[in-house]
Amino acid sequence: MGYRRTAFIKSTGLLLLSALLCIACSATNGADATRDSGGAGRHSIELLNVSYDPTRELWREINANFISSYEKETGNRLSIKQSHGGSSTQARAVIDGLEADVVTLASIIDTDAIRRKGLIKDKWIDRLPHRSLPYYSTIVFVVRKGNPKDIKDWADLVKPGVQIITPNPKTSGNGYLSFFGAWGSVVLRGGSREDAVKYVTKLYKQVPVLDSGARAASTTFVQRRIGDVHLTWENEAHLEVREANRELELIYPTISIRAEPHVAVVDANVDRRNTRAAAESYLKYLYSDEAQDIIAKHYYRPGNEVFLKKHLDVFPDMRLFNITEIANDYFDAHKQYIAEGGVFDAIYKPK
Amino acid sequence: MASINRKVLPGFFLSLSYSVFYLGILVLLPISACLFRAGSLSFEEFWSAVWTERARAAYLLTFGAAFVAAVANLFLGLVLAWVLVRYSFPGKKIVDSLVDLPLALPTAVAGLVYGSLYVDKGWLGQYLVPLGIHGAYSRFAIVLVLIFIGLPFVVRTVQPILEDLDPEVEEAGASLGGTRWQTLRHIILPTLYPALITGFSLAFARGVGEYGSVVFVSGNEPYTTEIAPILIVARLEEFAYSEATAIAMVLLGLSFAMLVLINMVERWSMRHEH
Repeated sequence: MGYRRTAFIKSTGLLLLSALLCIACSATNGADATRDSGGAGRHSIELLNVSYDPTRELWREINANFISSYEKETGNRLSIKQSHGGSSTQARAVIDGLEADVVTLASIIDTDAIRRKGLIKDKWIDRLPHRSLPYYSTIVFVVRKGNPKDIKDWADLVKPGVQIITPNPKTSGNGYLSFFGAWGSVVLRGGSREDAVKYVTKLYKQVPVLDSGARAASTTFVQRRIGDVHLTWENEAHLEVREANRELELIYPTISIRAEPHVAVVDANVDRRNTRAAAESYLKYLYSDEAQDIIAKHYYRPGNEVFLKKHLDVFPDMRLFNITEIANDYFDAHKQYIAEGGVFDAIYKPK
Repeated sequence: MASINRKVLPGFFLSLSYSVFYLGILVLLPISACLFRAGSLSFEEFWSAVWTERARAAYLLTFGAAFVAAVANLFLGLVLAWVLVRYSFPGKKIVDSLVDLPLALPTAVAGLVYGSLYVDKGWLGQYLVPLGIHGAYSRFAIVLVLIFIGLPFVVRTVQPILEDLDPEVEEAGASLGGTRWQTLRHIILPTLYPALITGFSLAFARGVGEYGSVVFVSGNEPYTTEIAPILIVARLEEFAYSEATAIAMVLLGLSFAMLVLINMVERWSMRHEH
């Protein structure tokens, strides 16, 4: 027994000691990290832009242009790292400690979750022009070559025999934006709430696969050739059609949701890393003529009216309704329609 | 006692402390963090998060599919291990290393590949779907992909035991007048039971936790093909951390209970064979 007890005491002691060591290590590591980046006054600066999935190509081009103009202007060396993933997964990563200097996420729901943890200051949305929206986007349709099912607008989606590919609104931003678009297409054209519930119920019954994310839904539609119509971001739709060698076509419905991917500086991180000046001018650059042109080139709708008009050939006129027309705001809409116990849950009945 | 022990196992304290510490950091710490999160809910909140009709359907599917796949692997794995140990044929080395592939392949890739094979227009699907066999976007699809994921566990636990099993004991059985079935039933299988049960429980546990491949083949339809990990992701998407961990705790509790049960079966079988 005595032997066992001493073994126990020894091992517990060792355990505690190593735990202490661990804490000590991480504490000094933290101090080192701040000291390193604290000296970023005149030499080299590194920014991390945490964004959502389809923006890869957009940011690559914007970053290259911004870096050269910034280095010319200030004499500092700048490098910008990008991180991409599902929008809310990215938001959770920032909340859990990913040191993003700026976040350029798909939805205010994700950006504001970071504010609620105190990493971004209140009223962040008013710090940049157009409510911190250098660009916006919407949900459009992609159909098979020749549009065999003759899909022109939301009402055509629920025709018998039409299969719709759209990701799960519960696990995907693309998914809930599509839901909002579908809902708005009914209630903003004279339909009642009951009509809208009936419509979305019918619509989701015709979704053969409820993929968990936007990328999985694209795979299902393009590679596996399942479904007649794919509801997706406007910029993704353009890429999908372009890469499919004329096998797919883009259809603009007459009405859709105005999707708002806000941008914001992560205050807590830029203050600690001493990168605020660079991060702020990075986001301001997005409103410049040069950047607005790049944005349009990548099929995001430029926040600046002049540039939107300049590219009217790629952004045909359609009614983009605001989320405030079907709910108080995005948070309210998500709660009413998507979250646990919302409209979406009522669509599915146990079998 | 103590002095003898020390000589037999040099560095006993160090290795014990290391094991306790290692387990603590890697297993117990994350689990207690999980408990801690879920603990921020009141009992009613916890219950309403984890015990909805939809969640129950998802638990049943998750454990059911993992169980069916593990049973299938028990037979497939045994046969495969048998072939690999007892026969020699050209390309045996390659087959042997293929067995480990499911462990190395990112599971999302497995899901994508399986899905593309079995969809309506896929290589296999174009023949199977007209026959009513839906190997994609169905419960069957989940089982299929879990069989793939779990196969190495049974093969690799059974294989070394079979290698140690001298063919002479089979011959002895035969020379004593036993039929082939009796030899298998009374000589080979009893030796293999513990390994089979270990392989089964590993494959089963792996199946319960699998997410990456399943989301690509299951269709994720609530009540029919929605697995429990999808519910966790859905709650995380709402930034409802506590509710998500609550569901995770239920999965963890159920898995733990299953593993304890399997361990008890293993002990029971060992007691009865020897």
